Amino acid sequence: MSTARRPRITFEDIGDVTVVKFTDKKILEEQAIQNIGDDLFKLVDELGRKKLLLDFTTVEFLSSAALGKLIRLHQRLATGGGKLILCGISKTIMEIFELTKLDKMLKIVKDEQTGLNAF
Amino acid sequence: MPESDLETVAEICFASDWPEVRRVQREIEQALAPFAFPDRDQFYIKIALEEALVNAVKHGNRLDPLKCVRLRYTITADRFEAHIADEGCGFDPAHVPDPCAPENLERPSGRGLLLIRKFMTTVEYHGRGNCMSMAKVRTAS
Repeated sequence: MSTARRPRITFEDIGDVTVVKFTDKKILEEQAIQNIGDDLFKLVDELGRKKLLLDFTTVEFLSSAALGKLIRLHQRLATGGGKLILCGISKTIMEIFELTKLDKMLKIVKDEQTGLNAF
Repeated sequence: MPESDLETVAEICFASDWPEVRRVQREIEQALAPFAFPDRDQFYIKIALEEALVNAVKHGNRLDPLKCVRLRYTITADRFEAHIADEGCGFDPAHVPDPCAPENLERPSGRGLLLIRKFMTTVEYHGRGNCMSMAKVRTAS
């Protein structure tokens, strides 16, 4: 018997952009980060999505381990001619991106609509 | 602002697994609440604790449930302080590559120590690098 795990993300296709939302306020736990990574990579590797817009509106905390997943996702998409954009990031979480200089590497915009227009 | 003579001191020894890390984090969040640190200070403390505890459990004790992490924390009206020790081999923080260097920017790991350093007021490593102390001074409102 297999047990289905709780989904960590939801996604919706708007045109050729896949908008991803997170179901957790805190992206901290190792297993949760692994599950989120698996779900995101499945979108790219198995479902063939090339334009991902990750909406962080619900997210209050984010660890450095989660940053690692985002970097790998960015690399995977870039390798396959795709693109990753982040939006809805709170001021405090934005500090994490700025301190780690990832705001220079990843494209970050204010909100979903801006993101949809940025691909 | 809480009463200035309020102080919480606690010492915990916990097994190297994730449920224990979450339990300890919840305990500290509850202990911090009466001191009403500014929201941003609380955010910084939570992130630094997350990174430091994960380092101790994962990189220090390598998730060996037989190895413990020792944590002592003190909270006063104007300061949060934590001492964390694992049973691992330790490391030299001076030899950790700068994750902000252009050549390291795309590396998916190595940012936890940076966040601890940036978010806390002071950070020190002791012994062979398996013990660390960090403190956050309350930001003046």
